[in-house]
Amino acid sequence: MSAPMLEVEGLRAGYLDTTVIRDLSLTVAAGEVAVLIGPNGHGKTTLLRAISGLITPDAGQVRLDGEDVAGRPAERISALGLVHVPQGDGLFAEMTVEENLMMGAFPAASWRARRRELGRVYEQFPIVADRAAQRARTLSGGERRLVALGRALMRPSRIMLIDEPSLGLAPVAIDAVYEAIAALKHGGATIVLVEETFTHIEGVADAVHVLESGQIVASGPFAELSVDPAIVETYLGSL
Amino acid sequence: MTQPDLTPPGPGAAAGGGPVLQVRAVRKDYGGLRAVADVSFEVGAGEVLGIAGPNGAGKTTLFDVISGHTHATAGEVLLAGRPVTTAPVHARTRLGLARTFQQPTVARSLTVGENMLLAAAFGRPRAERRRATREIAAEYLELVGLAGQAGERSDLLGVYDRKSLMLGTALATRASAILLDEPFGGLSPSEIDQTIELIGKVRDRGLAVVCIEHVMRALTAVADRVMVMHHGATLFQGTPAQMLADQQVIEVYLGARHRKDGGAGGAGGAGA
Repeated sequence: MSAPMLEVEGLRAGYLDTTVIRDLSLTVAAGEVAVLIGPNGHGKTTLLRAISGLITPDAGQVRLDGEDVAGRPAERISALGLVHVPQGDGLFAEMTVEENLMMGAFPAASWRARRRELGRVYEQFPIVADRAAQRARTLSGGERRLVALGRALMRPSRIMLIDEPSLGLAPVAIDAVYEAIAALKHGGATIVLVEETFTHIEGVADAVHVLESGQIVASGPFAELSVDPAIVETYLGSL
Repeated sequence: MTQPDLTPPGPGAAAGGGPVLQVRAVRKDYGGLRAVADVSFEVGAGEVLGIAGPNGAGKTTLFDVISGHTHATAGEVLLAGRPVTTAPVHARTRLGLARTFQQPTVARSLTVGENMLLAAAFGRPRAERRRATREIAAEYLELVGLAGQAGERSDLLGVYDRKSLMLGTALATRASAILLDEPFGGLSPSEIDQTIELIGKVRDRGLAVVCIEHVMRALTAVADRVMVMHHGATLFQGTPAQMLADQQVIEVYLGARHRKDGGAGGAGGAGA
């Protein structure tokens, strides 16, 4: 009835003379959790960057709730309610953990609710609460990753793009991250995740899209693709 | 001396076959925070010690102390029996200690081959630099599977190739002990399998290997012994199988959900 939350059509994107994403189309409905999976170096991260405006697509459309945003600068796309958690943490090293989290609520509309959101993030990630007063640069790689995820939760979003949420995290921390993602999903959030394996996404993934050479080569419900021997064998190795 | 010496000092480095790397009651304080609390271990030639633990447990800080990127507040680090606790990073590298980092770190302005040449030239006398260096660089490019990509720009490499190059350059410094910080992070399942194989080759060359890792399938496959850190201290030491069954480790690190995953992973991966 209404437009999909995210509609990518005929997208081409890359770096300098290297085309990474070729004529790619992808639809994510409101309230859907879509997972991009596939070998490294085939465009998963580049696709997220082209959607959020961190790089400018060379061709094609990126429609957010019906509105074409392709080519707009990242801050304008972000202002429409898109939150991107990129690889690497992008924290302000000399600011404390709490100050970094506050930056997530910086857009005017969410600033007033920052205290309440902060409490929820601390509840979700106790490790982050323990480190609240420390400068970001004193944190371990995994802790920084959790703070970056927490910062993304500091304002309501219409769509979240999360690049490898489990990277560098201890198993217990991965559980905490996926509990947070599951809670967002129950709250009706629209999420696009990049992951390397099916290991952690059971329970949150609705659709899975396999990316190879900058194109989506297979799409389907998690329940189908995760047991498809051709997919598992070709793209994920022997499990 | 017609043949360049291509063997790392590895097996012979520890005179009398003693441990290559010894860490004795190492402590690191940052102000009031004890990041590493009296940790001790030894690793011999051809042995792999795995290190796991919650985020912020002090694993990378322990590596920083061992490699000289930061200095210990107390305790001792010995390489082939020689104390290096206060030695600078480059001196430890000359003595055979190498490390890798969580973020794949290479000289981005150099090609793949140039990166390897730079590492192979490290610490070599001028006389043997030219010829020996080229042979060594070629050998390690081959070892890490990048022989065909020597001319490529390293800043355009994908994660797996960049990680392989980082490991290769670390080894090419003639390391006898190597510290690997999350070598499997961000890799796809088939790349994990290839890296497990590569670390096996490194071990078989007689290096002492210490490997921090959260990907349990990989850690249990490569490690002979595992140490689990928690709040800077040693929570557990034992075999990978013992670790997966340890109640304390499950509680603070693996998580309740891992109980069944751990069983399945054990059967598929490091069964032996």
